[in-house]
Order: sequence, then C-alpha cells, then structure tokens
Amino acid sequence: MMNRWHAVKRLLPILAGLALLLSACGRADLSTLQPQGPIAEKQYDLMKLSIGMMIVVVVIVFLILAYVLIRFRRRPGQTEIPKQVEGSHKLEIIWTVIPIILLVILVVPTVKYVFEFAQDYSKDKNAIQVKVTSHQYWWEFDYPDYGIKTGQELVIPTTKKISLQLNTVDVLHSFWVPSLFGKIDTNPEGNTNKMYFEAPKAGVYRGKCAELCGQSHALMDFKVKAVDEAKFDAWVQEMKAPAVLPEDPQLAAAFEKKCLSCHAVGDKGGTLGPNLTGIGNKQAVAGVLLNDETPVEENLKNWIADPEKVKPGSKMPKVTLSTEELDGISKYLANYKLQYDNGK
Amino acid sequence: MDWLTTVDHKKIGILYLIAGGLFFLIGGIEAILIRIQLMQPKLDFVSAQTFNELITMHGTTMIFLAVMPIIFALMNAIIPLQIGARDVAFPFLNSLGFWTFFFGGLLLNLSWIVGGAPDAGWTSYMPLASNTYSNTHGVDFYSLGLQIAGIGTLLGGINFLVTIINMRAPGMTFMRMPMFTWAVFITSALILFAFPAITVGLVLLTFDRLFGANFFEIANGGNAVLWEHIFWIFGHPEVYILILPAFGIISEVVSTFSRKRLFGYSSMVFATILIGFLGFMVWAHHMFTAGLGPVANALFSIATMLIAVPTGIKIFNWLFTLWGGQLTFNTSSLFAIGFIPTFVMGGVTGVMLASAPADFQYHDSYFVVAHFHYVIVGGLVFGLFSGLFYWWPKMFGRVLNEGLGKITFWTFFIGFHMTFFVQHFLGLMGMPRRVFTYLPNQGFDTMNLISSIGAFLMGVGTIVFLINIAVTAAKPKNAPNDPWVDGRTLEWTIPSPAPEYNFKQTPLVRGLDAYWKEKMAGNKEVPAAEPVGSIHMPSPSIIPFMMSVGLFIAGFGFMFAKDEFANGFVGMLFNNYIVAILGLVITFGGMFLRSVFDDHGWHIEPEELEDKGVKA
Ligand code: HEM
Ligand SMILES: [Cu+2]
Repeated sequence: MMNRWHAVKRLLPILAGLALLLSACGRADLSTLQPQGPIAEKQYDLMKLSIGMMIVVVVIVFLILAYVLIRFRRRPGQTEIPKQVEGSHKLEIIWTVIPIILLVILVVPTVKYVFEFAQDYSKDKNAIQVKVTSHQYWWEFDYPDYGIKTGQELVIPTTKKISLQLNTVDVLHSFWVPSLFGKIDTNPEGNTNKMYFEAPKAGVYRGKCAELCGQSHALMDFKVKAVDEAKFDAWVQEMKAPAVLPEDPQLAAAFEKKCLSCHAVGDKGGTLGPNLTGIGNKQAVAGVLLNDETPVEENLKNWIADPEKVKPGSKMPKVTLSTEELDGISKYLANYKLQYDNGK
Repeated sequence: MDWLTTVDHKKIGILYLIAGGLFFLIGGIEAILIRIQLMQPKLDFVSAQTFNELITMHGTTMIFLAVMPIIFALMNAIIPLQIGARDVAFPFLNSLGFWTFFFGGLLLNLSWIVGGAPDAGWTSYMPLASNTYSNTHGVDFYSLGLQIAGIGTLLGGINFLVTIINMRAPGMTFMRMPMFTWAVFITSALILFAFPAITVGLVLLTFDRLFGANFFEIANGGNAVLWEHIFWIFGHPEVYILILPAFGIISEVVSTFSRKRLFGYSSMVFATILIGFLGFMVWAHHMFTAGLGPVANALFSIATMLIAVPTGIKIFNWLFTLWGGQLTFNTSSLFAIGFIPTFVMGGVTGVMLASAPADFQYHDSYFVVAHFHYVIVGGLVFGLFSGLFYWWPKMFGRVLNEGLGKITFWTFFIGFHMTFFVQHFLGLMGMPRRVFTYLPNQGFDTMNLISSIGAFLMGVGTIVFLINIAVTAAKPKNAPNDPWVDGRTLEWTIPSPAPEYNFKQTPLVRGLDAYWKEKMAGNKEVPAAEPVGSIHMPSPSIIPFMMSVGLFIAGFGFMFAKDEFANGFVGMLFNNYIVAILGLVITFGGMFLRSVFDDHGWHIEPEELEDKGVKA
C-alpha cells in the first residue's frame, strides 16, 4: 500500500498538467474530458491515472530509444565486432516487476469502479426508473412509474439517481452520453442491461449511439436534459395532460389519420414512432436537426417532407401531405410547447 | 502456367505477396474514400449505405486479405530457409492454401460488382448481419468468402507447425531457432486454435442467412450476444496472429543491423509463448459494454492488462539489443526503429482500454480506432515493410532502392501519426466510430481534416513503394548471398534468390545465429550435415487451383440459389443448386484425383546441382 501511494504521489504533478491540457478538449456537453456527473468524473479520474502512467512509460521508452539511436549508431570505419551480450537477468527482472507494480496501481481502482458502476438501482424507490428502448434510428424513454413515454430527449431531475433498463427492438445499439457516463449496449429483450447515473448540474447533454446499427447510425443522436425537481414535476404533469390537436378540424383530421397511426401526442396515437408531445421545445428534430441553428418549424417541415433525406434508412415513410397540410402540421407541432421550461 | 501449378514455397510466397499487395491496395483505396467522406462535417461524397460497405470491406480486406497474406508471404519465403529445410512439410497443401485464400478473397471483393458489399462491419454483429436487416447478398459474400479464405489460413498454420517441428536442420534445437521462426511457430499454433472458432461461427451465420436457421435470430430463440463471443474468441487471438510475426521480424532486423545478438533471447521466447497464451484468455474485453456483469468484466480487465508484461519485456529487450551495438540506418532498420515507439503507444492505449470502467467511455469511439491502427498499422505494417525491405533480396535477388525506400518510410511514418494520433482525442471528445458523417460545431472538424491529410500522405508512401518495386525489378539480379553483410541466420548462407532446392546440402547448426557463429569462428560457410546427394522434389500440380475454383463456384451457387433470374436457364442452374453442386464436384473430384494418383515427385541429381548452383 505504501508503495502504491508513493507512486501515485509522484504521478500527481503529471496528472495535474494533464488535466489542464485535456480539459481544454471538446464541448462541455459532449466530451468525456469534461465530465458533468459523478460517474463520468470517476471514469475521467481513471483515464487520467492511466494516461499519466502510460505517458511515463512512453517517455522512458522514448528516452532510451533516443539515447541508443544517437549513441550507438555505426560510425564510418567502425569494424570491430560489438560485444555479443546474452542478456541480463537483473535487467529483465526489473522490466518485468515494474510493469506489474504499475498494473496493480491501475487494477485497484478498476475493480472498485467495475463493481460500483454495476450496482442495481432498478428496485430503488427514490431513483427515477427509465426504460430505454432503441429503435433504428431513435430512442424511446419510458417512465413506467409516471406512465409517460418520450422520444429522443430524456428529461431527468438533477436531484435523483436515474436507473436505466435498456433493450432494443431491432439490432444492437449502444447508449452513450460521454459527459455523464460511459456507454452500455442495448440487447434484445431477455438480455436487459441496467445502468444508473446522476446529472447534478442542470443542462442539456448530447448522447450518441455507439454501435453500428445500419445506415443512419451516425445520426442516432439524442439529448439528456437535466432540470431541477420542480421543473421535472411540471414536465411530468404536462406530459400526462390530454392531447392538444390542431384547431383547424381538417388539419386535425389529417394529422390524426396520417401521423397518429404511428406517433402519439398526449393520450392519443400509436407507439411505432417517437412520442411527439411537446416537440416544439425540444432541442432537435429527429435528433440531428438542431433547433438552435434553424427554426423548429423549418426543421419539422424538412423532416416530414422527406425523412429518408435527413436520415437514410429511416423507418418513417414519406407521408403524402398537401402543401397546406405540411405547413399546417409543422406549424402546429412547432407550437406544441410545454410550459415547464419557460423560465430557461 | 508455371505459377498456377507451383508447389515451391518460395514461389507461393511471391504469389501471396502479389495477391496480398493487391488486396492491400484495394483496402487502402477504401480507406482513402472513407477519409475523404469524413474530411469535413456533413459531406455527401458517398452515401450512408456505401460508407457502411466501405468500412466493412476496408476492415475485412485489410485483416483477412492484406496483412495476413503478406505475413504468409514472408513465412513462406523465409521460414524453410531459416530452419535449413528444403521446403515446407506439405507443399501440395501449401499451394491449396494459397489458392483457397485467393479465391475466397476474390469472391468477397466481387461483392462490389454483384449484389452489394457486406455492410454490417467487419465484426458482422447479429442481428444487423441477418437477412432482416441486411438484405443484399453482402453478408453472404462475407461469410462464404471468409470461409473459403479461412481454409487456406488454417492449412497454412498446420503446415508451418509441422514444418517447424519436423524439418529443422540437424542441430537446430528449439532454443536455437531464429526469433522469426519462433514467432511464426506460435502464430501457427494460434491459427490452429482460433480459426476453427470463426469457421464454426461463419457456418452458423451462413445457415442463418441461406437456410433460415435461427442460431442468432432473436425472434426465434437465437442469441445475438452468442455471435459476439464466437467472433471474439477468434477475433482476439487473430490480432496476436497478426502482431507476433511482426515481433519476429523486428527481432531479426534489429539484431542484424546493430550487429548484436538478440538481448535476452530466452525471455523473448518465453514472452512470445505467454502472449500467445494470454491472447486466448481476453476476448471478452471487446464486450465490456455488452453487459457481462462486474465479475466477468473485472477478470477480463486484469487478464488483459497482464499482456502488457510480456510485451514490455520484448520492448526493453529490443532497446537493449540496440544498446552497445553499431546501428546502420537503412529503410529496413528505419521501419523497425519506427515500429518501437509507435507500437509502444498502441500498447499503452491497450492497457488503458483494458480498464473496463474507463472502457465504457472509449469503447466503439474513435479512441479505439486510433488504438488498433497504432497496433496494426504502426506495429504490423511497419514490421511488414521492414521485413520486405530486409528479405526482398533473398526473395527476388535484388536490393530495393534505398532512396525511394527512405521516402516511403518518412511519408508513411509522418502520415501515419498525423492520421491516427488525433483520433485518440476525437474519441475522447465524443466521436463514435463507424459514423458516415458528423454534425459541425462539435469540435471534430479540424482533427478530422488533419486525419484525412495524413491518410493521403500514407497513400503517397505506398505509391512510392510501388515505384520502388518497379524500378528495382528493372535492374539486374545481382544481390549477393548476404547483402547486409551482417546476416546471422541460415537464409543468408545460400544464393539470392534461393535455388529451387534451397540447400544443396542440409546445414549443420552449431548454435544460435548459426551463420554469424561460423563467421565469427572464421568460417566462410556453415558446415554441411550430409554429403551431396540426389534431392527429392515434389511435382507441380494444378489440382489445388482447380479445387479452389470449385469452392469459388460452389460459393456463388449457394448464394444465389434462392434468387430470381431474368434468364430462365441461368435461373434453373442456380435455383436447383446445379451450380453449387458442380462447384463441389470439382472440389471433391480434385481431392479424389489427388488420392488415387500416386505421385512420387522427382529428383535433382548431384550433377545437375553443380551447374544450377552456379547459375542461381
Ligand atoms: C405526417 C405525419 C408524421 C409526422 C408529422 C411525423 C413527425 C416525426 C417527427 C417530428 C419525428 C422526429 C421525432 C423526434 O425528433 O423526436 C419523427 C420520427 C419518426 N417517425 Fe414520424 N411523423 C409522421 C408520420 C410517421 C409515420 C406514419 C410513421 C410510421 C410508419 C412514422 C415513424 C417514425 C419513426 C420510426 C421515426 C424515428 C426516425 C428516426 O429517428 O430514425 N412517422 N416523425
Ligand atoms: Cu444505433
């Protein structure tokens, strides 16, 4: 144990420098190097420890190599035969034992965190239970305790543990929010994976699918939105409120007939596609058409007009709509906003 | 014709080199296309579907059809010479191995032209690789092509095991074997144990796809994670199958060009064996995020980290081989020297990946892409370049051009680090792997651009290498027996290129580095273990070629058996499995012919040896 701490202490300055260097890397809502929650932080600690150790190893090898290359190059006229050294048990033992010591330093926290991250909160009354289901190419979030389902945007309170149970309905995907926690695969039903995390800071974090899952694997983005408890409760209430349909009855009929066969709003509709309740104030349409870059309405229009163009291989068909219907539905959805987030 | 029937290990080595080189180019072009697509965010250079086909074929081609055969090329060209043998143990099988590999690879690559390339990644995870989610013939090409090519690899592995065990020259004990021979020996053992796993996996996959079996179809009780296990039980040893020969090459090159014997030979041997053994115990580290549970994850973490120990032993032994030596810088030694730091960097990221809780972050991100390219390109491809420049005179009788060689080294080396170093950071910053595009403003843009430019530089290096081959081929065949002057092992005692029968008289080995030892004792030659006599040679045969063509036809036959054809007659042939059966008949016919006809080979008589020896 003494030994270990000694080594760790020596590594500290390197680690500090490293942390500075690394933390300049990437967006705070996306990079593993800018952890925003306890799990990602621990993973980051592990990364720093291992990178630090590995840099030491690499530097030692480089120095020896550089020395050898300069010192022992063959000079013109050098003809005598160099001494044919057989080896050296002492040296060989040294470079067997030192790596073992380094590995032990790394193994201890590794094993500790393996078990810590594998804890099961799926029975915990205080944790928010979410069933994550992956589809080609979107994510469904089901809150069984509240009876609500959303798509593409996981809304959570900052104060509680979030306990996830993950599955896929088609091929394998992998659920990854780099700044909050590492990834976990979504296997088919019967092979459910569990995971938990916390997001103590309010904010929106970018998530990705990390397992090749077909054409639009690259576009299977989602967001995790952490809000304070009051907002979360407000969100739950609004999600449970009855559906608000377009005012224009003709438009409402078209929407019901052509969209709600797959999608749901409020208490109406199907479950084949993502739930559209409150889509007006989500961060993105279809995960990748970002609403802070282009107005929601335009994004919606682009998406509905030709889903295949936005996400190749998407399971959402190109629905035949008249121009008025397309405009009307996009406008209606863009204005379908939930109030919980108004103060933002 | 001579080349289609040859059973000579040296010629088969050259065939492997040509075919492997060709596939290497195809894989390289695929890589460049991938990097063009990713040069900037939201490019439309290729479609999402094409991109997935490109990454799948790039990976599959590079691993199975490019680096693997080039390793086999060097194994074939050099191993019998290094152990003082006249050929491999089973020359006929050797030829069969090459042709099955070649036609398997050809089948796989024809997928670009007929029926769509495979698109489920080189790992072909189910259910993405099932008919439901990949409904072109792509994955069929993958499973059948690799199956046929895999036969070749397995045959090669067995052949080299037997060759190395049985055909060493008198006096060459195991502990006097050159390091490259040792590495190939362990590699062959790994092939023997690992390839059956993928064979079984591919058969199951083929059954699922072509005959509606349900090994991996979840809806019908199959298991998707099972495929991951089968694949990686093969796939992990596979990466050691690739890297161990490179270790062997580096050991030879480093000791020749520093004029010193390998430091810590016996610990090198021991480390090689240990790496081979541990290579089998760690497959599940590819599956940390699959949900195997904390106990499995912890154990596989620890087992994986352990591999760093023997690998570290090797690195330091190489460094101390250089220590106190007289190092000559030429292209071969530059690649070997470039190998050391590059491989160390790939190795340390391997240790980082081994820590399961941290791997939850790295897995399937660009960090992993960087890691395995550091090992496979920075380790293996550097090793292969080093070995090719080193043994080229022995294979072709000509020394490759040094000036061009150095240009190749520097462009390739710099291009390589430009391409892959930044990818570590891309991964850590949240870029998943296998994405056909990415959104702007995520901090990915600059690094991707740098990475693509690096890839072009590597392309330049490869082109210069090809020019080098052409330039060299135009020059006279005048390489001496021992062009590096400080050759240590038996292959340098015979003319370059080696005569058909390799050694006129089997040499007598009196120590490690047999040739060097004699040189130091003041002898010009290694003593012979036998008097000059008539040499038995195997007969050339077209049967291996025919058998492989048969498998190739059968592959097509099975794949298209359920398709509809515009032409009724062609349809009839395929739909009734006539094509498939025809192919199998050719293959089994070949086997039959081979078993019924006794072929005793032929002899080279001592009188002929005299003039041949002079000429060659
Ligand atoms: C005109 C009627 C429709 C509208 C307005 C509409 C709207 C949308 C929107 C806005 C999204 C993105 C959701 C999000 O980002 O959370 C989406 C995705 C999706 N929709 Fe629709 N939809 C319509 C019809 C349909 C139909 C009929 C189906 C089922 C056959 C369907 C299946 C899907 C699927 C599977 C996705 C996820 C696509 C992916 O991300 O890969 N949609 N739809
Ligand atoms: Cu996915």
